[in-house]
Amino acid sequence: MSICVRNVTKRFGSFLALDDVSVDVETGSLTALLGPSGSGKSTLLRIIAGLESPDAGEIILAGENATARSPQSRGVGFVFQHYAAFKHMTVRDNIAFALKVRKRPRPEIRTRVDELIELVQLKGFGHRYPAQLSGGQRQRMALARALAAEPTVLLLDEPFGALDARVRAELRAWLRRLHEETHTTTVFVTHDQQEAMEVADSVVVMNEGRVEQVAPPRVLYDEPKNQFVMSFVGQANRFGDGWVRPHDLQVTLEPNGLTREVLIERLVHVGPEVRAELVRDDGVRLDLQIARDEADRLELAAGQIVYVRPTRERVF
Amino acid sequence: MRKTIALSYLTVVLLGPLAMLFWRIWQEGAGKAWSAISEPDTLHAFKLTIEIAAIAVPLNTIFGIVVGLAIVRTRFPGKGLVNAFVDLPLALSPVVVGLSLFLLYGRTGWIHIGQILFALPAMVLATVFVSVPYVAREVIPTLREIGDEQEQAAHTLGASGWQTFWRITLPSIRWAVIYGVVVTTARCLGEYGAVAVVSGSISGRTETATLRVQDYYENLDQAGAYGVSLMLGLIAIVVLVLMTLLKPKEGTA
Repeated sequence: MSICVRNVTKRFGSFLALDDVSVDVETGSLTALLGPSGSGKSTLLRIIAGLESPDAGEIILAGENATARSPQSRGVGFVFQHYAAFKHMTVRDNIAFALKVRKRPRPEIRTRVDELIELVQLKGFGHRYPAQLSGGQRQRMALARALAAEPTVLLLDEPFGALDARVRAELRAWLRRLHEETHTTTVFVTHDQQEAMEVADSVVVMNEGRVEQVAPPRVLYDEPKNQFVMSFVGQANRFGDGWVRPHDLQVTLEPNGLTREVLIERLVHVGPEVRAELVRDDGVRLDLQIARDEADRLELAAGQIVYVRPTRERVF
Repeated sequence: MRKTIALSYLTVVLLGPLAMLFWRIWQEGAGKAWSAISEPDTLHAFKLTIEIAAIAVPLNTIFGIVVGLAIVRTRFPGKGLVNAFVDLPLALSPVVVGLSLFLLYGRTGWIHIGQILFALPAMVLATVFVSVPYVAREVIPTLREIGDEQEQAAHTLGASGWQTFWRITLPSIRWAVIYGVVVTTARCLGEYGAVAVVSGSISGRTETATLRVQDYYENLDQAGAYGVSLMLGLIAIVVLVLMTLLKPKEGTA
């Protein structure tokens, strides 16, 4: 294990940010800390980095208790949401910072910086200042800077949160590839379930200062441990005693003993699928997702009465 | 309209009196003013003024940065009080500052160590006192504005507290510091009230440039008073130009 968090508790005044949290992060993995704002995910990341100290509990990094160690001696790379670029330094000097404070020889620094600039695709931008870069470029520079001293773990706090949707998607794919090349144990914080599911190979779902579930994306989606995880990592409908995902509803034109009658209130075509808002006779609303072909076969339209039955249901 | 009011106000309050000064020097003859400036006691007064500033400005620059960092970056009991005390010299009349130093180091005071009053130490103390706030007041809002994320980043990258200060914090606030230094210097060179009380105003020994003006004026040597004033006025203009050159860069630092 690269990172072991043991029974960590942290309060800010009367607010309980982390409540007896324990998490293990495997060496070489790419892990997402996923949760709504105020769930404690950023606080946990900052405690791992040593930027906050826990009120109780321990942080073990590469087998050694690091709880009392300062951030500069933990060997972690940290990337901030708002880049924290050194504004008075060029891209090269930003990236070289960790090597310069370690008093590495100049030629070594030059070679390493060249390497990193290549890795984060900032060739030709070395002599620019952060103010002359786009948001995505700044974040890539911050990443290169964090990687310079070859940290044992790389921590990213909402790394793409301040970027627009297109750049976000690009950087996600790029982070994934970067991880495949470097295999540095990486933990990133996000409130975006899609980002966590797309990028990470293990997701830690957090809520109100506690860990709700740790699992690979697929398992998290198919076998959520509780109602919070079920509805946070995807859409979910209440159906009787259980919960069902919008695509796990089967639509028929005739009732049978297992179906419920619903009215199609709205119907939208989104690429290969059709999304519908359904209303049950008792007023409860349901979301439905079905394949376009299926919707065409049934000739679904708004205002129509149909019958639905869950094909896959979870009861908590 | 607003522009007219602002300009008239500046003309009446600031430019008028200064223009009058230049006019009088012209009338009296520049030669007389020049000979007053080149008198040994006047030269000594300028030298002393610069000496005092050379001690007070670095002291208050270091203090301003240290107290600014303490107020913005740390939490300690009595912080609000420290923050308020930094501004005390702005609220307090320099004469009162001088008088309190006089009482503290005088014959009936609490502190007796060597010759303090009527000598350089008291004059430096008085000048340091009145020029305490200026660097701190420039540095504090700048430190708040830049936040501590860059410093945190430096820590995670392996920099010690000292390395972070020299490589990150100081370069980030450099324009605020320089601006503060310029204002502090101007304040030190122009100080009159506090120094007047503790110096004894002995010509050629404890007389600063501003005291020299007073000295000439009381002795009805108007050309001398105008000449020294002119020099102080020129220094003020240089300071003003420096401040104007530095101010816009603050935002981009």
